[in-house]
Amino acid sequence: MSDNLTKVFNWINHRLPVQNTFERHLSKHPVPKKVNFWYLFGALAAVVLVIQIVSGIWLIMLYSPGEGAFASIEYMMRDVDYGWLIRYMHTTGASMFFAVVYLHMFRGLLYGSYQKPRELVWIFGCTIYLAMMAEGFLGYVLPYGQMSYWGAQVIISLFGALPYIGESLELWMRGDYYISGITINRFFALHVVALPLVLIALVFLHLVALHEVGAGNPEGIDIEAHTDEDGVPLDSVPFFPYKVLNALVGIGVFLTVFTIIMFFFPEGGGYFIEYANYEEANPLVTPDHIAPVWYYSPYYSMLRAVPDKLGGFAVMGAAVAIFFVVPWLDKSKVASIRYKGVLSKIALVLFGISFLTLGYLGTVSVTEHRKTMSIICTFIYFGYFLLMPIYTSIEKTKPVPDRL
Amino acid sequence: MGAPVIVDVSKLEPGQQIQVGWRKQPIFVIRHTKEAINNIESSLSKLADPKSESIDEPYRDINLTRSKSSEFTILVGVCTHLGCSPKFFPEVEPKSWDASWTGGYFCPCHGSMFDLVGRVFKGVPAPTNMKVPPHNFKGNILTIGEDEEMS
Repeated sequence: MSDNLTKVFNWINHRLPVQNTFERHLSKHPVPKKVNFWYLFGALAAVVLVIQIVSGIWLIMLYSPGEGAFASIEYMMRDVDYGWLIRYMHTTGASMFFAVVYLHMFRGLLYGSYQKPRELVWIFGCTIYLAMMAEGFLGYVLPYGQMSYWGAQVIISLFGALPYIGESLELWMRGDYYISGITINRFFALHVVALPLVLIALVFLHLVALHEVGAGNPEGIDIEAHTDEDGVPLDSVPFFPYKVLNALVGIGVFLTVFTIIMFFFPEGGGYFIEYANYEEANPLVTPDHIAPVWYYSPYYSMLRAVPDKLGGFAVMGAAVAIFFVVPWLDKSKVASIRYKGVLSKIALVLFGISFLTLGYLGTVSVTEHRKTMSIICTFIYFGYFLLMPIYTSIEKTKPVPDRL
Repeated sequence: MGAPVIVDVSKLEPGQQIQVGWRKQPIFVIRHTKEAINNIESSLSKLADPKSESIDEPYRDINLTRSKSSEFTILVGVCTHLGCSPKFFPEVEPKSWDASWTGGYFCPCHGSMFDLVGRVFKGVPAPTNMKVPPHNFKGNILTIGEDEEMS
C-alpha cells in the first residue's frame, strides 16, 4: 500500500473503527471448522433480504397504492420493460425467504441452536420470523387482487375476535368500514417503511448477539472450551475468507434455483402467486377456493381446525409464540440431535410431518376427513413443544466428544 | 354509499338466490321453494342457535325465513367468523363437508356451515347466525337498508 493510501486509511481508522470491525467480525471472527449444509440458510436469508430490498425499491417506482393498485400491477406486468422481472423477483423472493427461514429454524431445532448461551439469538430470530409474517401478509394485500382482498378480510377480522376491543381495532386497522384504498395506503406505508426498518434492526441484533456467543455446530460441542494461548478456539477457522468463500458455493446453487423459479415458474403452480389474485378485488364475491400462500398454510389449517372464533385465533397465535420459549422447554444436557435420545428424534420427526401435513391441508378445501387430520396434527405440533420438558429430561443421551 | 338498495323480487324463481351490494357488503336475497320452507326445521338438531338468541335479530318470531316475508330470506352475506362470503348450495345431497347436507350456505374460507335461512351449525368456526339487514317489502319491491316501521 502506498504511503498516501496508508495515511488516508489511518486517518479514517482513527475516527471510524473500520479495521477493528473487519477483524472482530470477519478476518479474526472464529467459527467452527466443521459444519454442514444446514448452516447455510442464515446466509441465504441475508441474500434474500437484500434481493427483497433492492427489487422492492424498484417496485415502488412502478406501483401506486390506493384504489388504482391493481391497475398499476397490470401496467407494470404488461407495459413496463422488465416490469414483470422486478415483480417476479419480489414474489419469488418472498417465497424463498420463508423457505430458507423455515429450513434455518429447523436447523435450530435439529442441533439445539437455541440452547445456552444462544437464547437471545433464537429470540431475535423468532421475532424476525414474526415480523416477516406481518411483512409478507401486508405485501400480499398490496396488488389488491381477489386473494389480497379476502386474505386481508380474514386477517383483519381475526383481530375482531379479541374481546371488547376487537371491533374498534378492526376499524382502526382498516381506516374504513371495509377494505378500501385507504387500507391499501396504510398497508403500503407499513410494508415499505415501517416493517423493513424493524426487520433490518432485528437482523442486526440477531447478528450482534450471534457474534457475541459464536456460531454453533452440528455436534453441539462448545469450541470455546479448548483454545490456544491467544484465546482462539482450536477447532475454529476465521470467518473471512474460509466461511465466506464456502458460503458463495451455496449462494450460487441457491441463486440458480431462485432464477429458475423466477423465469419459468413464478406462480409456482399457484402456491407462490395464487391464480385468483390475477382478478381484481371484488368485495361481493369470495373466490370458490380460498387458501393462503404456502408459507402460512400450516397456521391456516389450525385456524380451520378450531370450531371457535377466538379459540382459532388463540391457537394460531400460540403456535407462533411457542417458538420463543423453546430454549426453556428443552431440558436436555446435550444440544445436537446426534447425541439426544430416541424420544427427541421421534418427537422431531413427528413434528416435521405434522407441520408439512398441516401445510398441505391448508392449501386444499376442507372436508370432514381433512378436518380430523388437521386436529390430530395440531395436537402433535403442540405436543412436540409442550412435552419437550418431559421427553428431553427422561431420555438417555449419548456422551458428547470433547473436540469437534 | 350507505343508501338503501331497491330490488324487484318478482323476477326471482323459487329456489333462486340473488346477490346485491349494500354498503359494499354482499346481501343475499333467497326465494325459497315450498319444500325448502317445509323442511327448514329438519336440520334443527344441527343448529347452534336456531332462535337467533345470541344476536340482535330484527324480525324475531315473525316468519321461519327470519325476514318480513314468508317466502324470502334476506341476509348480510358475510360469514360471522372472519368475514368471507359464504356460498349458496341449496341442493339436498351429500357434500364433501357434510354427508347429510339439506341445503344452505358453506363458507369456502374456514368451512363454516349455515342453513338456508343463515343459521349457523354447531361445531364450526363461525360463532353466530348470519345477520338479517333491515328491510321492507312493498308488494314485489324490496328495500334493503331501510325499514320505516323500525325507525
